[in-house]
Amino acid sequence: MKKGIRFRVNGVDTALEVESHLTLLQVVRERLSLTGAKFGCGIQVCGTCTLLLNGKPVSACSVLAVDADGSDVLTVEGLAKDGQLHPLQEAFMEVGALQCGYCTPGFLLTAKALLDENPHPSEEEIRSYLAGNFCRCGCYQEIVRAIQKVAGE
Amino acid sequence: MEPIDVVEPVRRLDYEAKVTGRASYLADLRVPGMCHGKILRSPYPHARIRKLDASKALSVPGVVAVLTRDDIVQDQGIDPYYGPVFKDQTIVAVEKVRHVGDPVAAVAALTPPAAEAALDRIEVEYEELPAVTHVSEAIRQGARLVHESVRIPEHGFADLAELKPVEGTNICTHFKLVKGDIERGFAESDHIFEDTFTLPTTQHCALEPHACIASVERDRRITVWSTTQNPFVVRTQLANIFKVPVSKVRIIVPYLGGGYGGKVYPKIEPLTVALARKARRPVKIALSREEVFYTITKHAAVIKMKTGVKKDGTLVARQCEVLLDTGAYAEIGPRVAKKSGYTAAGPYKIPNVKIDSLSVYTNKPPAGAFRGFGVSQSAWAHESQMDIIAAALKMDPLEIRLKNSYEEGSEFVTGETLTSIGLKDCVEKVASAIGWKEKGEHRPDGPLRRGKGIACLIKATITPSISSAVVKLNEDGSVTIYAGTVEMGQGSETVMAQIVAREMGIPLKDIEVLGVDTDVVPYDLTTSSSRSTFHVGRAVQFAAQDLMQQLKRVVAQEYAVPEDQIRFSGGKVQLPEAVIDYREIMFKHFGMQGGTLVGQGQVKTKVVDDRGVKTTSSFWFLGAGAAEVEVDIETGKLKLLKYVTAVDVGNAINPLGCRQQLEGAAITGMGQALFEEVVFDNGQLVNPNFVDYVLPSLGDMPVSIEPILIEIPHLEGPFGAKGIGETALIPVAPAIANAIFDAVGVRIKELPIKAEKIYLALEQAKKKL
Ligand code: FES
Ligand code: FES
Repeated sequence: MKKGIRFRVNGVDTALEVESHLTLLQVVRERLSLTGAKFGCGIQVCGTCTLLLNGKPVSACSVLAVDADGSDVLTVEGLAKDGQLHPLQEAFMEVGALQCGYCTPGFLLTAKALLDENPHPSEEEIRSYLAGNFCRCGCYQEIVRAIQKVAGE
Repeated sequence: MEPIDVVEPVRRLDYEAKVTGRASYLADLRVPGMCHGKILRSPYPHARIRKLDASKALSVPGVVAVLTRDDIVQDQGIDPYYGPVFKDQTIVAVEKVRHVGDPVAAVAALTPPAAEAALDRIEVEYEELPAVTHVSEAIRQGARLVHESVRIPEHGFADLAELKPVEGTNICTHFKLVKGDIERGFAESDHIFEDTFTLPTTQHCALEPHACIASVERDRRITVWSTTQNPFVVRTQLANIFKVPVSKVRIIVPYLGGGYGGKVYPKIEPLTVALARKARRPVKIALSREEVFYTITKHAAVIKMKTGVKKDGTLVARQCEVLLDTGAYAEIGPRVAKKSGYTAAGPYKIPNVKIDSLSVYTNKPPAGAFRGFGVSQSAWAHESQMDIIAAALKMDPLEIRLKNSYEEGSEFVTGETLTSIGLKDCVEKVASAIGWKEKGEHRPDGPLRRGKGIACLIKATITPSISSAVVKLNEDGSVTIYAGTVEMGQGSETVMAQIVAREMGIPLKDIEVLGVDTDVVPYDLTTSSSRSTFHVGRAVQFAAQDLMQQLKRVVAQEYAVPEDQIRFSGGKVQLPEAVIDYREIMFKHFGMQGGTLVGQGQVKTKVVDDRGVKTTSSFWFLGAGAAEVEVDIETGKLKLLKYVTAVDVGNAINPLGCRQQLEGAAITGMGQALFEEVVFDNGQLVNPNFVDYVLPSLGDMPVSIEPILIEIPHLEGPFGAKGIGETALIPVAPAIANAIFDAVGVRIKELPIKAEKIYLALEQAKKKL
């Protein structure tokens, strides 16, 4: 069954007809060609598919696209504004908070949501907010440092 | 040799694409005309396929093609048998399935759901067979055979030529190594220690699952986009399977979302190509997380270690039996067992050594390369036992290591002389960083007890091996590097560019490193074994030097200056009346804005060096780790307070990159030490998903992990650099187990070290009192 949805993706009004069983991750990746969000586990555990839905991090692998109707979606492609990288993107590069980069879009968006909610989190708060994102390359220390750097600025 | 000076921190070349989401990984790619493949997999660990009928699958709407055993055995254009060491694998099962998840058939359809639906319509009749699911059971006399016979390829790997399956058994390979006289060694010892250590099957869990797109043209030209760490090996294997010259096979590799050994050697490429061939259009297969667990794992192991020592802690004799569970197919297990064997006695000078290291077939998913490659298994045993010995002799674990450990010029088990050995530095540095001297000063606080532990290692890299590189100078003075190293997160792209930047005196921004495409870049054996910086980096360096030689000749000719008076510095040449840069030289030489100069470099390491001395490894990995833990004696709960890791890096070309590799390897080591385990129930995988197979996250990280780089330049590495990707993972588990012993006096010999195990060991210890 197909259903029409309208949502704002990275600031662009978007109207689509989608099959009602499709996940937000599938639609964003396959219909909108925004492939920054990645598939990692498909069951809401690893965080590689994280998107911000009305500013809150969600696992797009486990959200139906039709349920995003009417909402505001931010993907990693929408983080930079007017050719200017987001401070988190700069900090991740400077501190070395990534290696393979597969987890990076998810971490960046989760970190943005954290800082929007709580601009000066403690190290403990950072660790617990991001405990749902995996980085198998093991850049955890640098990820914390990058977020602290932005929070301290 | 000049040490490389890294004045400014380098920003990695791949970073911007990765933080903006623009970096393409395999799953992000599409090819015109592409359809989607899905794989039907065995529900049984061991069964004969009596009947297979796929006719109903073809009538599912959207289905383009179905691939079964008939397609691969009846097609003259296909050799159904393959494998990097032995040809014991088939594209889809032919007679038997040998593990849960073994591919049985595949479907290509217009959409993934249509392909899934068609899988349900394939009818398979199995005759279940008894399965062997543990190595100890598999090597028993009369055990059920996983393979009745195994095909040996004519041209295999040079370093594995002497290893063959033992007929009529499940022994895939048996590597033997003897030094001195083991029996006399034991007779001369004051004390003998015998222990058995085990490790479970684990999985790499690269966050990017394996994926592949294959396209086969009418002229049988095969193009494959794949998540592979060694495109050239995959190319050779596909050429053999599909009976075409390697020039007809093209492998393109985008950035990988992690590899860790899980993406070396053919995985789903042969099946995807066979399906694309049948479908006559490109096919994409992207594995689910569960399927990744069926595709490749890390060897479970049972290791018996018998060690004889003198009263003063001098090691006299060590006998090791390493049984590695290689699963249903040899894959690269024979080499894992060989590498595990070489260093199974640990990084110690021991006059009498006997090693038997076996890869053993079982009815489990194939086990292959994993960061640490057999040595994280054997080190679990030798480093745990070092502390058992130290405790019995009332010696300091640090002292017994320093007393026996290899140093510059030591004789290795094989008789060769070890060089560039920064082991003692690593051990001493981690000890001081963890506060070894203050060990035992922490007073118990209720049920919480603290302890510190240490462990160290030596490991070899794949030898012999080959790497080539091409460096191209463009007309505007910019440079392009062609090399076969796959960027999978380790930062190789940046390191290669740094080497050229340094060699040619030009800024990184003028250098481009091409992605891997076997039609474009020259041969490189593999991106694994921590070998790329050392081997490919060296080839890149040679290529840059070759280019500079050519430039020198061009300058001499065009500007009439004797060659020996030409000095390059900072990308420029000082002439009597002018300073010129590469761009001007190119313009003068070609007479217009155009033209290319090409430099090339080769590295071919050998098993016997130019002086006729045997070399097991073109360089050695040395490292140490130290852990501080807190154990709750009432519950067994363990908290990792601090971890320090030191690695002999030769010379750090990109120090931040080195620290990232050390930390990352250490964190994976922690997961493997504390909770990672693929659980089996009669050959069925109980937890092939991220809910039940737990990975380390920020939630369970120690407060600090401190990486220490020990720099002892290697004469043959580029600017003295060595490989470092695996080293830091290896000592983690024994360092933690040793710290637990220090804290509460119980010895855990089976990984993973879950709280229940510590609790039960504590209860056991209480009973003994
Ligand atoms: S893919 Fe969505 S959480 Fe892992
Ligand atoms: S950078 Fe590779 S998984 Fe995080």
